[in-house]
Amino acid sequence: MTDYLLRAVEVRKYFAGVKALDGVTLEIRPGEVHCLAGENGCGKSTLIKIISGVYQRDSGTIEFDGKELTKITPISAIMNGIQVIYQDFSVFPNLTVMENLAINSQLVEKRKIVNWKNMRKIAEQAVARIDFKVDLDAQLGELSVAEKQMVAICRALMFNAKLIIMDEPTTALTKKEVKALFKVILQLKEQGISILFVSHKLDEVFEISERFTVFRSGKLIATGDTSELDNQKFTYYMTGREFEVKPFVPAKLTPEPLLEVEKLSLDGFYSDISFSVKGGEILGVTGLLDSGRTELALSLFGMRPVTGGKIKIRGKEVELKDPQTAIANKIGFVPEDRLSEGLFLDQSIGDNIAISVIDELTSRGLMDKARYQGEIDKWVKELSIATPDPGNAASTLSGGNQQRIVLAKWLACKPDVLILNGPTVGVDIGSKYDIHQILQKLAGNGMAVIIISDDLPEILENCSRVMVLKDGRMAGEFGTSEASEKMILDKMM
Amino acid sequence: MAEKLKVSFKKDSHIWRLLIIMVVWFLFMAITKGGKFYSLVNFQTMFSQFPEFGLMSLGVMVCMITGGIDLSTVGIANMTAITVALLMRNAGSESGSLGPQWFLLVFVIAILMGAVTGAFNGILVSKCKIPPILATLGTGQLFTGIGIVMTNGSAISDFPKDYAFLINNKVAGIPVQFILFAIAAAVLVFLLKKTTYGKKITLLGSSQNVARYSGLKVDWILIKTYLISGICSALGGMIMLANYNSARSDYGSNYTLQCILIVVLGGVDPDGGKESITGVLLAIFLVRALETGINRFPQISSYYISLIWGAVLLLVMVLNYFSSHNIHLFKKKA
Amino acid sequence: MQNTIKKLFKRTETYIFLILLALSVLIQVRSGQFYTPNNIVDIMSAMIVPGLFAVGAFLVILSGGIDVSFPALASLTAYATTKMFLDMGYEGNVLLPILAAILIGGILGMINGFFVGYLELPAMIVTLGTSSVFKGFMQGTLESRQLAVIPAGMKSFGTSSLFTATNTQSGLSSRLPAAFLVLVLIVLIAFLILKYTMFGRGIYAIGGNEAAAYNAGFRVKRTKFLLYVFAGVVASIAGMIRVCMMQQCHPTNMLGMEMNIIAGVVLGGTVIGGGRGTLTGCILGTLLIVLVENSMILIGVPVVWKDVFVGLLIVIGTAISAYQVTRSGRSKGNRKQTEEVA
Repeated sequence: MTDYLLRAVEVRKYFAGVKALDGVTLEIRPGEVHCLAGENGCGKSTLIKIISGVYQRDSGTIEFDGKELTKITPISAIMNGIQVIYQDFSVFPNLTVMENLAINSQLVEKRKIVNWKNMRKIAEQAVARIDFKVDLDAQLGELSVAEKQMVAICRALMFNAKLIIMDEPTTALTKKEVKALFKVILQLKEQGISILFVSHKLDEVFEISERFTVFRSGKLIATGDTSELDNQKFTYYMTGREFEVKPFVPAKLTPEPLLEVEKLSLDGFYSDISFSVKGGEILGVTGLLDSGRTELALSLFGMRPVTGGKIKIRGKEVELKDPQTAIANKIGFVPEDRLSEGLFLDQSIGDNIAISVIDELTSRGLMDKARYQGEIDKWVKELSIATPDPGNAASTLSGGNQQRIVLAKWLACKPDVLILNGPTVGVDIGSKYDIHQILQKLAGNGMAVIIISDDLPEILENCSRVMVLKDGRMAGEFGTSEASEKMILDKMM
Repeated sequence: MAEKLKVSFKKDSHIWRLLIIMVVWFLFMAITKGGKFYSLVNFQTMFSQFPEFGLMSLGVMVCMITGGIDLSTVGIANMTAITVALLMRNAGSESGSLGPQWFLLVFVIAILMGAVTGAFNGILVSKCKIPPILATLGTGQLFTGIGIVMTNGSAISDFPKDYAFLINNKVAGIPVQFILFAIAAAVLVFLLKKTTYGKKITLLGSSQNVARYSGLKVDWILIKTYLISGICSALGGMIMLANYNSARSDYGSNYTLQCILIVVLGGVDPDGGKESITGVLLAIFLVRALETGINRFPQISSYYISLIWGAVLLLVMVLNYFSSHNIHLFKKKA
Repeated sequence: MQNTIKKLFKRTETYIFLILLALSVLIQVRSGQFYTPNNIVDIMSAMIVPGLFAVGAFLVILSGGIDVSFPALASLTAYATTKMFLDMGYEGNVLLPILAAILIGGILGMINGFFVGYLELPAMIVTLGTSSVFKGFMQGTLESRQLAVIPAGMKSFGTSSLFTATNTQSGLSSRLPAAFLVLVLIVLIAFLILKYTMFGRGIYAIGGNEAAAYNAGFRVKRTKFLLYVFAGVVASIAGMIRVCMMQQCHPTNMLGMEMNIIAGVVLGGTVIGGGRGTLTGCILGTLLIVLVENSMILIGVPVVWKDVFVGLLIVIGTAISAYQVTRSGRSKGNRKQTEEVA
């Protein structure tokens, strides 16, 4: 059994006495695409950091390319041919593409003086390896996310890489870009390079990888060929729970729509959008990243006021010119990026929940501490947010619990219409399921819910109707009971 | 009880640290100078001196809680003092001395000027989206410049003495300056602790973007904050006018540094998102007590004070660094 | 060609240059005194000290930090050096005092560098603190007072000139101090560092994305440390030159310059927060401030209006650049990326 490129056996790692890795094993063959999956906190990023030399293991052996590695440093990992592409790509937005590509090699060679000609040569060679067409003199910050990722991949290839580790590479990509990325991955595979692909998107795992490994709570749960895997097994390996997927069926609808929009447009982003949502309904809105879906959501929350069309709430026309008017009209909004838009990370869980209703939790204009605390406790309990003390900072919680805080913040406003933009991005499968249950329950209680997402299974399971956007226009509308992923995809592309 | 103390010590470590420094300092003064330091007159003097920069520090504090800063406080203070001095000079030359209605009027004018200049800062920061450090740097220079133009660069001291006399007075042994400061501080404590304003600026300081998504009126809250800072500065200027009995555009030039020192010392995070008015009030008093104490040693040049302040500021920052990185200088028992 | 022009108009430097041009033409039209040999030389001479300070401040801001301690640092170094050589009865040329100043300035810079680089404390607060310490040390420990006499070598350096320009109409003449060469030299060194050394690229990289710089293998802490040392050295050279040019040492008259210098650097397009900015912009921005400070009198604006104009310049200048940033952020497709940069 020497035909492995990487063999990490019985690796253990403790942080302040807490087991992060409890004797896990990971084996990767040369030239294979291997998927590493697991929920947040399962230890997969710890293992990656050990392999790339950021952390040191407490016990276990790591063999790479036939020889055992005793102590790994970031530089020695690179020298051995191990490269990691992090989620933020670790690039410099203010430097040119050329410099971003070449600066690492200059550093590795311990150069003190910059040789621009040499750098250009290195950069040209780097992009040539995967036929990536890009202006080397452009500032990196002006490129799209996918292009930045390609730059990061090109950079990784320069050091004779034998193993490239990609940490959730598809999170911010459009479907088209994911396709392009997969093409590049297959290209790399043909060149004999192994890819460790970290993801928890099932469809991607099935599409790209030959073998998989699943971790849970720092332990190896399963490893094998992807062909032997199916959806249900995979979910079970990851969570240790069996989920029963039951498509959402609206129970009772309000006779009149709670939200109606007519010929809505925002110059340069979308135009001519009309739809209505009744209480008790969940409407899905989907489309590619540049389809205008995010801007539409922002407009409905008053963040980017519309330039044309009508918005009616309970039949009354309103002008949503800022978030305050939207909130006053009983619209709640769970934004796309939890970390920069949804949560005050370093503030307490309680303040995060109560901030949206802070002006109501007063008596005679003064803060009512008891009511304030009461409101917080109520929501922590209602959404079962797992924390010993709501006074702790929000950053102490996992992604799923953080998303519950954001939900609680908006439910506290008692909205009639709740808009969620990517409600389960970066949330692990267990919490995702729970959040879906909460949303279905809310709709059952008469709320109008709009889910904006490009996770088609999410839309199909939880929405009663789906609207597809393409290039800022409505491309189709389906009842989810008769729609399939393929039908929606055809309209999206 | 002990457990409670422990929790409070952990939660408000900077306040405890300030208290300890203060106790040590007062003990040190008691041993070395005794009655010379612990006299009623000495304390009265201290309480009449710190309100001028104390008020300005409160202004800088609210801005820093939102993640901003106000470098224009001294500019606002001087411009206000100059305006009021000129006004009283013109009024006084007619009637010789000033009637009580004038005192009311000049304070109303001062508050208005503070509000307008502060709101101007707030608009630059919120609507024009200029980084606060640059916006207030520019307006600080602008206000100082306007002061210079109004006075031709010289001091104004030929206004009726009534004003300085009134402010330098004592009510039941308490200096009027301190009473003014206490009122302003009480208003701020009320705003920060009892109304929703305190929570709002703290959260806003943590992340402006999230605040916007949470439906807070971010621009308005920022304008309000700089407006409050402006009023505090203007009042500080009014007290400077009385304490110096003159007004000039370059008075109090080292107060900018001193205010930032006090606010950081008091436990406010320069990056925003942390409110600590108790700490700041303690720090204001501590800084004055340090300076007065040092002045009791004639062999120490008063110039050493800026050295000591700088060193204290760095020391506090380093201590905060150690505690936030969980490095303990003394090993704790397991 | 058209592309080059388009690119040029995307840059702040171009605008600052145009404003400078417009201002100079205005002064020329109003007074007829701008484009005269002696006035140009006067402005060049007035640029020396602010220009040097600006280079140091620029590099620090570029790395994502800020330094408000350089005037205090320069004052302390210049005073200590001058006093030391006076007490020694030093009679040699200026080189030794400058070297001594560089040494002292470097050590003081290390203090800033240690706190900001190695302890990762906020630069603004640290340098405010050290500024206060430097000032207190100078006035308290060294008991600084005005020195009316300075060592002969320093004096002769201050008075030596490259050439003298005379205005044939008014008969006024101005000389360009030899110290101008120092400014040219330092700007050149800074340029070479930024463009051709890994240390210089590291400054850009750290200003752009500190975490990525660390991952890429830049020694972030050491780079920051060295940067503050360099800034300290440049500032102390500026302080010495100021003393030499004035032929006396006034310990406190440089204090308070930091605000205008930083304003000049920022007006020149350097972004507070780091990563973006050019040396050209830094020099042009400083020139603009120097011009406003020195030439208002030529168009009949009394000196007392100086601060008002500089203040307005800062407010309007920063407002425009802030407006540009928001507007480009709003344009289609760019939204996500600017958020990432921010």
